[in-house]
Amino acid sequence: MLKSLSYSFKEGVKQLFRSKVMTLVSLISISAMLLILGLFFFLSVNVNYMSGKIQDEFNTIEVFLEDEVSEANAQTIAKSLANMPEIANIEYISKEQGLEEFKQSWGDNGYLLNGLLENPLPNSLRITLQDLSGGDLVAEVCRTTPGVETVRYYQTEVNKILTVTGAIQKGALIIIAFLIVVSVVVVSNTVKLTVMAREEEIKIMKYVGATNWFVRGPLLTEGVLMGGISALIAFAISNLIYGRICGAFSDQALMLFNMQLVEPAFLMSSLIWIFMSLGISIGAFGSLISMRRFLKV
Amino acid sequence: MIRFEHVTKDYDGKRALDDVTVDIADGEFVFIVGPSGAGKSTFIKLITKEIEPDEGKIFIDEKDITKFSQRQIPGLRRNIGMVFQDFRLLPNKTVFENVAFAMEVVHYTRRTIERQVPQALVLMGIPDKADMFPDSLAGGEQQRVAIARAIINNPKLLIADEPTGNLDPSTALEIMRLIDQINKRGTTVVMVTHAKDIVDRMDKRVITIQDGKVVGDQKGGYGRHA
Ligand SMILES: Nc1ncnc2c1ncn2[C@@H]1O[C@H](COP(=O)(O)OP(=O)(O)OP(=O)(O)O)[C@@H](O)[C@H]1O
Ligand SMILES: [Mg+2]
Repeated sequence: MLKSLSYSFKEGVKQLFRSKVMTLVSLISISAMLLILGLFFFLSVNVNYMSGKIQDEFNTIEVFLEDEVSEANAQTIAKSLANMPEIANIEYISKEQGLEEFKQSWGDNGYLLNGLLENPLPNSLRITLQDLSGGDLVAEVCRTTPGVETVRYYQTEVNKILTVTGAIQKGALIIIAFLIVVSVVVVSNTVKLTVMAREEEIKIMKYVGATNWFVRGPLLTEGVLMGGISALIAFAISNLIYGRICGAFSDQALMLFNMQLVEPAFLMSSLIWIFMSLGISIGAFGSLISMRRFLKV
Repeated sequence: MIRFEHVTKDYDGKRALDDVTVDIADGEFVFIVGPSGAGKSTFIKLITKEIEPDEGKIFIDEKDITKFSQRQIPGLRRNIGMVFQDFRLLPNKTVFENVAFAMEVVHYTRRTIERQVPQALVLMGIPDKADMFPDSLAGGEQQRVAIARAIINNPKLLIADEPTGNLDPSTALEIMRLIDQINKRGTTVVMVTHAKDIVDRMDKRVITIQDGKVVGDQKGGYGRHA
């Protein structure tokens, strides 16, 4: 068993080097496939991440209170609202606290607000929702509560954004699935060319009494090695590209919109496994399919 | 060694072998002759289970191979050395690797392989060609490599389908001498040929096939029926 494995490995490697052009073509095509696949993976993961953040950020309702409402009264309103099952958390934000947060959200440019003579913000309640579906109801109740001046809730906007991100994700998934199928076809065709070039060879092997696995072994190894090497190539390039993209996004202008990407280290550690398992299964699967009909001698 | 009992083989309704019954003993040397399309190669392919008969039984070494499963075929072929008109060497393996391949298939150790392959090459008269690739060899030399590969695992049976078909007469004669030597060491030989002079000269058992039927089976001499 061990001997057959080492035989398959040695023969597979030898063959990779003997048919250099074939190997190169296969490596390039599989890596290219994986690379494109990886880009859609980046897109999908980041869109997912952003839509999560948008949901987190916008599942709050801001309830601005009339100036006459004292803090004690505000707490009473908060208590009565807190009974609603749609509400996860409710917090009283004084106008001073509100201004401070506002300054912080402007970051380095916060000093611009120092020029204000008077705090323009009212006292408010910040309601965190259990989930977005209860938002409408809670907003409505708040509007009719005495002492409430205005209610700020971005439901329609959030829904629009979520529809768009959902569509992007679905599209990315479809494209990824499509690319996987395409790469299996590409690999099985390249391996088929190798196998066809060796049709005679395989026949001869069978004449000498080689078992099917003895013939398959080296070719399978070849496919798996090609898949694995391509995965590494694609990974190296993706790593580079994603690093660049993240670099571009950490630009100040974009920071202000709170557009952050998923940490490269985190994304890459899952990407290497995805590429490896995909590359290897594409290689193995591709070579097995292409061999099927040649083994019936 | 080989026994055909009422074997019939059709290709898409066209009869290639018709009720053939033949018995070949251990250690025999048998020529199979007959006109083109008579069914000689069909006879050979049935022995190696490359094709299946439509009727009848085929025994190799007293075992009915028509009952063999797909998985038993490699085992069967390992005990049969095969030589063909077109040599059938692996083009991207050296002479040494081609012969060694037949041993690797049966999982011999590297050490055994490195000892036995050179011996076989010496026996075939081509010890100096070990590192060459088949297409740089002359036809006769390629056939010697093929024979070395066929006998490297000491098969009980050597099958040759027109092994001299692509060779000039004097080279053909040398190849025949080698095959005869192999037979003298105890290997049963079944050889298909069109070469009348060789058959006449060798004076062995000759089975003549015509239109899928055995029409002659006697000692020595070609062509009394063909
Ligand atoms: N795979 C096949 N499919 C259909 N018919 C076949 C096939 N192989 C052989 N035949 C037919 O069967 C008959 C016997 O063929 P076979 O190859 O056994 O002849 P042969 O005696 O070896 O001839 P030759 O001396 O030319 O090699 C021929 O008529 C041939 O056309
Ligand atoms: Mg023939």
